Amino acid sequence: MSKPRVASTSLAGCFGCHMSLLDIDDRILQLIELVDFDRSPIDDIKHISQRCAIGLIEGGCCNEENVHVLHEFRKNCDILISFGDCATMGGIPAMRNNIPLEECINEAYRDGPTVYNPQGITPQDPEIPLLLDKVYPAHEVVKIDYFLPGCPPSADTLWAALTALLTNQPVELPYELLKYD
Amino acid sequence: MSDAIKIKIDGKEIEARLGQTIMQAADEAGIYIPRLCAHPDLKPIGSCRVCTVVVDGRAQAACVKPVMEGMEIMNETPELLQHRRNIIDMMFVEGNHFCMFCEKSGNCELQALAYRFGITAPQYPYQFPEKDVDATHPDIMLDHNRCIMCARCVRASQELDGKNVFQSIGRGFERKIGVDGERALGDTDMAVTDKAADICPVGCIIKKRVGFEVPVGKRIYDKEPIGSDIEGVKS
Repeated sequence: MSKPRVASTSLAGCFGCHMSLLDIDDRILQLIELVDFDRSPIDDIKHISQRCAIGLIEGGCCNEENVHVLHEFRKNCDILISFGDCATMGGIPAMRNNIPLEECINEAYRDGPTVYNPQGITPQDPEIPLLLDKVYPAHEVVKIDYFLPGCPPSADTLWAALTALLTNQPVELPYELLKYD
Repeated sequence: MSDAIKIKIDGKEIEARLGQTIMQAADEAGIYIPRLCAHPDLKPIGSCRVCTVVVDGRAQAACVKPVMEGMEIMNETPELLQHRRNIIDMMFVEGNHFCMFCEKSGNCELQALAYRFGITAPQYPYQFPEKDVDATHPDIMLDHNRCIMCARCVRASQELDGKNVFQSIGRGFERKIGVDGERALGDTDMAVTDKAADICPVGCIIKKRVGFEVPVGKRIYDKEPIGSDIEGVKS
């Protein structure tokens, strides 16, 4: 029987949650015995190649590309997991949510104290994904099956949840492994 | 003692005294009833409703309801646990609670209740409301993003400090903690030694220059759920 496939992505996140995944240390050898990795920043595969059992979502949605990727994951994964505070509640990027988007762009590209931009140009190349009005947690865009909060969730938290799912056990985190920071 | 009575919580008979609230009697018996706005040094106001219990078939706030002989109280029913979870969820989406950089994280009672209830993500959509930060006071910061309107600071300032620094102003979703009407904290007689500076259950009233003093792993709620101290009284 072929091994279940796991895909992962970092949307509006900092890759810290993926670093935490690598923090499982030598248990990563056990993990690759249990699963094959599909699309992921770890192997640099750009699109999901076949049906995956688990999709790991780091980061919320701050632009239209994040939304496209999230839809690709939802379409091709049996179980989607939001891992990290950015995916579950927007996180640091969501701090812009109570500042109007125009104000954010002006501060970054026109009015910031270190900005040199005499023509006042803001990014408008069609290849650059458009920003959304706000940063949205992943579960406000597609259905998410499990949440692993934390900034980042600890390696033990990720290991406990992944091994539970892969061995058909209920995902029940012990008290010390459910943290928001 | 003549005022000793017996009440039942979740079927377990405990002793109580007339004049106590349900919460006080439960605490003494080692039964934890979750709470946010209640504080042992302050008069209870029954505002947050996290301590809601069912008394003889009716929902009551345990922090204000006095005990009476033969009361039958339900505390840990699936419905009440869900009700409390819903309130905590609403508090998370109605404020801007960024635990990842909050100085109070690990010592925050709102966060600790969410941990105790096993909340991994709120079930309601995030509101991301626009709130102010008042950093005018030299020693204390007031971050309305994290306020849950428990009014502990209002009561502590009046009842314990003999001052009147904080008040609740506005109605409904617009309700907020005001400082001497609509002035800034730096204009008041608030001192960093005031009881009101230590009473906030969340990270709204924060002392400056002491953030992140306690390392992760040694904070109040890192290892033990909130309420463990009460449950440890008799168990």
